Amino acid sequence: MSEALQSDARAIIEARGLTRIFMSGGRPLEVLKGIDLNIGAREFVAVVGPSGSGKTTLLGLLAGLDRPTAGNVRVDGRDLGALTEDELALFRVNRIGFVFQTFHLLPTLTALENVLVPVELAGGNRGGVRLTGRAARDHARALLDRAGLGDRAHHYPVQLSGGERQRVALARAFANRPRILFADEPTGNLDADTGSTVVALMEDLNRDAGTTLVLVTHDAELAARAGRVIRLGKGRVVSDAPPVRAERFGAAPVSGQ
Amino acid sequence: MDRFSFRMARREWRATLRRLGVYMTSITIGVAALVALHSFRHDVVRSIHAENRSLLGADARLGTNREIPDSVTAIVDSLVAHGADAARVTGLVSMALAERSGLTRLVQLRGVEAGFPFYGEVTTDPPGMWGRLSGRNALVDPAVMVQLAIGPGDTLRLGTAAFTVAGSVEGLPTDIGFQAATGPRVFIAHDQVDDTGLLGLGSLSRHNVYLRLPPGIDPDEVEEAHEEVLRATRVSLRTPEEHARSLTRSTDFLADFLGLVGLAALLLGGIGVGSAVNVFVRAHFTSIAVLRCVGATRRQVFSIYLLQSVWMGFLGSVGGVALGLVVQRFLPLLIRDVLPVEVATSVSAGSVAFGLFLGTWVAFIFALLPLLEVRKVSPLQALRLESEAAPGKDPARILAVSAIAVTVLALTLFEAPSPEAGLAFAGGLAVVTAVLSGVALGLARGTRRFFPRGAGYTLRQGVANLFRPGNQTVAVTLALGFGVLVVGVIVQLQRNLVRALSLEGGANSANMLLFDVQPGQEEGVGAILAGYSEGAPEIAPMVTARVAALNGRPVADILADSAGDERPERWTLRREYRHTYRAAVKDTETVVAGEWWGGGGPAEGALARVSVEEELADDLRVGVGDEITWLVAGIEIPTVVSNLRSVDWAGFDTNFFVVFEPGILEELPRTSIVLATVPGEEARARFQQALVRGYPNVSVLDLVTIRTAVETILSRVVAVIRILAGLCAAAGLVVMAGSIASTRAQRRREGALLRTLGARFGQIRRILMSEYVALGTLAALAGGALALVASWLLTVQLFGLTFAPALGAAALLWLAVVALTVLTGVASGGGGAGSAPLKALRAAAE
Repeated sequence: MSEALQSDARAIIEARGLTRIFMSGGRPLEVLKGIDLNIGAREFVAVVGPSGSGKTTLLGLLAGLDRPTAGNVRVDGRDLGALTEDELALFRVNRIGFVFQTFHLLPTLTALENVLVPVELAGGNRGGVRLTGRAARDHARALLDRAGLGDRAHHYPVQLSGGERQRVALARAFANRPRILFADEPTGNLDADTGSTVVALMEDLNRDAGTTLVLVTHDAELAARAGRVIRLGKGRVVSDAPPVRAERFGAAPVSGQ
Repeated sequence: MDRFSFRMARREWRATLRRLGVYMTSITIGVAALVALHSFRHDVVRSIHAENRSLLGADARLGTNREIPDSVTAIVDSLVAHGADAARVTGLVSMALAERSGLTRLVQLRGVEAGFPFYGEVTTDPPGMWGRLSGRNALVDPAVMVQLAIGPGDTLRLGTAAFTVAGSVEGLPTDIGFQAATGPRVFIAHDQVDDTGLLGLGSLSRHNVYLRLPPGIDPDEVEEAHEEVLRATRVSLRTPEEHARSLTRSTDFLADFLGLVGLAALLLGGIGVGSAVNVFVRAHFTSIAVLRCVGATRRQVFSIYLLQSVWMGFLGSVGGVALGLVVQRFLPLLIRDVLPVEVATSVSAGSVAFGLFLGTWVAFIFALLPLLEVRKVSPLQALRLESEAAPGKDPARILAVSAIAVTVLALTLFEAPSPEAGLAFAGGLAVVTAVLSGVALGLARGTRRFFPRGAGYTLRQGVANLFRPGNQTVAVTLALGFGVLVVGVIVQLQRNLVRALSLEGGANSANMLLFDVQPGQEEGVGAILAGYSEGAPEIAPMVTARVAALNGRPVADILADSAGDERPERWTLRREYRHTYRAAVKDTETVVAGEWWGGGGPAEGALARVSVEEELADDLRVGVGDEITWLVAGIEIPTVVSNLRSVDWAGFDTNFFVVFEPGILEELPRTSIVLATVPGEEARARFQQALVRGYPNVSVLDLVTIRTAVETILSRVVAVIRILAGLCAAAGLVVMAGSIASTRAQRRREGALLRTLGARFGQIRRILMSEYVALGTLAALAGGALALVASWLLTVQLFGLTFAPALGAAALLWLAVVALTVLTGVASGGGGAGSAPLKALRAAAE
């Protein structure tokens, strides 16, 4: 761990020499080849690249869902490699939110209950304020209201449209006011208009709550809305720069390489 | 288990109930069977022990097969001098002849002294007759009145005396339903027994003295104080507690065996739960991964599904307890005849708790194995990434498998009547499970490899479905195969037992057994028989004997030895034998060692030769050349074992453990038994009348009547076994239905896909039919084969009968199973037929 990086107070995610090798058909397959990366707090970063370039693998490593073959990741000042599985879980509850391409709402729970899951996982302890029972439900409902789904709180996922599902997923992702939101192709299963609404919602949250957004996408239009685009190719960072379009948000990229 | 896991489990439960509710039923059935049996046994034991003094009719009973010896009479007298009351009851078997109707019947005659029974009320019709039983009056079982077509005031001839029927005995507390079946009773005053002239030598009589002891004298103390006299005179003393224990023994035995059947049903339910949880958990992998992404720990997600499984087991058990209590209420009605007492049903808290715990526990341990997979689900799976399986063995898996093994073993040992039976049952279960799973896997693979490529598409696709990922082939084969096994064994056993019992079917069609024919009466009896019987009657002389010494060593010495492999079994030295003598080997016997004797009698100076039945020889630890000294009518007769015989005991025949060569026993006190065939009911009745008039001491057993009585009792017992087997099969069906239903979503998706690709409803239906027919056939074949093996083992090894497979019944069973499988499959609504493919595809995508 270099002193220089530790001293970089604004970087919320620091990756050093991230390498991930999978065994595929008995042969090692190097998906990520020593990636170095810093992402600053409140940044909106899009990770793009062709299929198989390692985008999702990188996302998994940054979020502490997977462990690198070599290298390390520090998130919000914690070395993820030093945490046990349970500590990682607790870490995710309190600081990280997720949005998936296929929404991944729990089909057996209503919209409201889906949003409540992270709150309850945190034991209602949200930023030192205990949020239980009625208060927790009110909180979840407020999030749904904000996503424009106040009247759909007691619907099951099957009863919702794709866009509605993704908005519930967003509300769930924000339930504990995470420091970072990871999104994996969040608009991949949505039509353009619906996708746009969802992204707008994410941008609002990024602005209002100061949440760092890291999203993996194929969608050039979506990537263009980010403050910074990291392009992967064959397991390496090919380019790392603001999108071609003008920056829309103040946060400038923290210098990487 | 934190609050989060509880909450999530509670929320998911709604959906789980919808999908897995049917599996709760499989636990329900097993628990119901066990709770019903345990509570019922509890009822029986409680009822018997509550009335143990009434059931014995006294505080103690002295009993022997001979006249009560003077030394014992002296004990009774001294007890009476100390304030005890005594009443003698002499029982013997006799023919009863109704003078008016001319009908005859073998009855159990009881000479009763006033006072008996000391506890409990005897009810008579007309009332109050019991206390006035004296002189030449007789009270009879209602069955005697019906069978002999007599009523009060009629004359009944018993031996050489005539009695007037004073009424009927409606209820005797010492009565056991079972006893009445072997022969209805006639009661007379004790001082009249001698007048019947039936207490001759060789008659089957039982002499009892019932005692009411004054306060302060305990029956066990009496037994202890006079132990030596009682043992020397072979007089037994029975206390109410002993009596109650011996009465509960038979129901215990039945309950134990039925308990194993119930246990099998429960374990089947456990397999059902395991297979359901397996499918269920697999369907939830994504949800689990998402929960992990969101920050749930492994322990939390594991707890969520564990809680649901345990809750499922608990609810199933609650249902099982309720159903079990209902069954418990109806069991006594069904088998009232074979129960010693009126059984009052009550809810036993112990049985209820046992059922609840057991059902929940079984669901828990069987769910554990598939649930362990939950811990391995990586959050990465939510990101569409395959995660690498953790290498190495999971110690928790080994723990879970051990928990199942230990539970199964503990439960079988607990339920089985003996540790050996428990181990055998547990071993049998393991073998059956292994064979069925092996057959499912092996046959399925073989089918795939060798299935004709030229077969139609729908057939090939249907068979291929048996190996789809997450298929339930093994679970369904286990469930169905087990059901087929249980039902198959019962059908096969019943067929074979009935065949063995049937008199018409066998080579030996004898239906009249005459006993107590005295020396000198053989010819006269034979003359009467000649007018009625078909073929020559078989006459076998009979001499009672005991073992006095083995190879010169007195029995008392041998018995004093500590038990070991070398020492003969206790029963072989203590029992009273009935020997016969004859020159030739019978058809039902085969000499297996040594040689049968030729004619001419024993050589001068040589020991008398005997032939010993091989299993008795085994227990006596004797072989050819060993010497046995017999005590016959006070005379010691040394003999040498010249050969061993195997005897086919099946069927009604005059078979003996020990046969003497002729020329030894002829002059000793003996009686003869005669086996004859008298065709026609009327001829049998007339023959019996003629015989009773001529030879009142000779008893006749109408084997047809006995067989009917035995069949009646057997059918009651079989009915109970059938109910439990039915429960077991039902559990199998439920598990099968659940297993098939659990893959419904998958089949629906496939059906929708096939329809999108252009398949017609008919084709999809044919694919499903092929799958279910193959599945049903697989299970029926495996279970059927096991059933044949098991019933062959039981018939030949346990009952010692010949086995003939009832193939017609087996084929019917196969058809039924296939039909049930197809019906269940179609009813579970797989295939997506009936709905638009798009709708099905969309629903499946969620």
